[in-house]
Amino acid sequence: MLEFLNGLAAANPEVPGVLLRVAGMLAFGALVVFVFILPVAGITSWVERRVWARIQSRIGPNRVGPGGFLQWLADGLKNLLKEDVIPQAVDEPLFRIAPYLVVAGFVAAFVAIPFGGSLIIADLNIGILYITAITSLVVVGILMAGWSSNNKWSMLGGIRSATQIISYEIPLGLTIFPVVLVSGTLSTQGITAAQGWAPHTWHMFHNPFLLVSFLLFFVCALAEGNRTPFDLPEAESELVAGFATEYSGMRSLLFFLAEWGNLYVIGALVATLFMGGWQVPRFTDDPTLLAVAQFFTIFLKAYFWVFVAMWVRATLPRIRIDQLMALCWKYLVPMALLNTLGTAFFMVLFPEGSLVVRIALVAVVLAIIFVFARRVRFHLARARGLGYGAV
Amino acid sequence: MHFDYANILVFLGLGVLLCALMMWLGALLRPASPDQIKLSTYECGEEVEGDSWINFNIRFYVVALVFLIFDVEVAFIYPVAAVFKDWVSAGNGLFALTEILVFVLILLVGLIYVWSKGDISWVKQVAATKQSAVAAGQAPGVERHVAG
Repeated sequence: MLEFLNGLAAANPEVPGVLLRVAGMLAFGALVVFVFILPVAGITSWVERRVWARIQSRIGPNRVGPGGFLQWLADGLKNLLKEDVIPQAVDEPLFRIAPYLVVAGFVAAFVAIPFGGSLIIADLNIGILYITAITSLVVVGILMAGWSSNNKWSMLGGIRSATQIISYEIPLGLTIFPVVLVSGTLSTQGITAAQGWAPHTWHMFHNPFLLVSFLLFFVCALAEGNRTPFDLPEAESELVAGFATEYSGMRSLLFFLAEWGNLYVIGALVATLFMGGWQVPRFTDDPTLLAVAQFFTIFLKAYFWVFVAMWVRATLPRIRIDQLMALCWKYLVPMALLNTLGTAFFMVLFPEGSLVVRIALVAVVLAIIFVFARRVRFHLARARGLGYGAV
Repeated sequence: MHFDYANILVFLGLGVLLCALMMWLGALLRPASPDQIKLSTYECGEEVEGDSWINFNIRFYVVALVFLIFDVEVAFIYPVAAVFKDWVSAGNGLFALTEILVFVLILLVGLIYVWSKGDISWVKQVAATKQSAVAAGQAPGVERHVAG
């Protein structure tokens, strides 16, 4: 983006350069927030309900627009029209500030998330560290919401959420570490540039430890985003709505906007760190066409992981808080530390990486996918044979 | 460089603006008819008993302390990770690996210490109570009650 604005400034010398850059910064920021984040978060809420419905043999929202596509707009409108109830007992300033912090924290993460080779708001040299740091702002917002509500459910939800998010921050940070070791930079563009478009050049296939790191990262990211099976903070069957119990209308929508938007952040991070990001084969010299192809590549990769997160949510039950803490501290943290050491050791053994290991790992993953697909086919055929209805 | 970081401010501002805009739009459209019942704290229809601003389980605090220590360690590890590749290509890989090894092992010792102290096992209290209940020869049903 900076290059683009510099080019624009060089082409229009009569306009003051600083003014142009500031205007450009605001314009691009507004473009990303209002044209990308809002619709993606909204449409994700519709996709999510359709996917669950499909998995659970229900129909899901299908009345508003073709296939219920406009449901997210209808829901937004409904929430706009809802009365804004602020209970008497709450700590009002904190109660009002909390959603702002949550949304600002997740929106700011998009600064360093690449959308394509030349499409990034700012290629920060500490990109990935910045993203893990700024998304922690969400914890402050959630804890604030839980405390200020002066409600037992909110209080429990807020404290649980804070404990969960800070705990899973450790393995999350440690699973990014092998990626940084391998690519030698913290910048998200640099990490993507260290990979290629072909699957065997992706970081997840660099060595066995990175493959494990990749799985750990996805698990930790689900926990960070308060997604099932780690959605204890808003466990609706035990805590009503957790930290958001006292929030109504627009204010509660803002929390859910952050949750759905966060899902895309998780997907984009998995794609960038482990799956080659926006890398496409250089099929044309036209920069615009290339940028479009890169954008759709990373978007589809990211959305695949969003879909997996929905799939997990529709399939797995919620875990208990003691299991949650045990999983984090007794399994994920030691495994992440060992992955770190393993990757460093591997790099000393093979400074240039090993093509044999890469291809072997691709083969292993393909074999797992093949076996899994066969199981799915088997179960579908059995369900049809037993007459459980159309599957 | 400054431009890159100015973008963060812009995005934080836009996040706040987004919320403010939606709240303002809502304020134009939504009704406002508060009453006493509506403004009371929601606790599933029960009468509210006291504040929620109470002391909570100390274990959350211990977890926060452990997090603080580990998070600082993780933050210290990142600079090493960023230059590790250069060290390997300069032929100093084994030296850098030893340094990382020492650092991570100290971290692991810390984890083992916290683990053995039982600060990361959530239900240690229950296990202890159970044992004493068994020692006192109580019925299994009572144990379960204590655990719940």
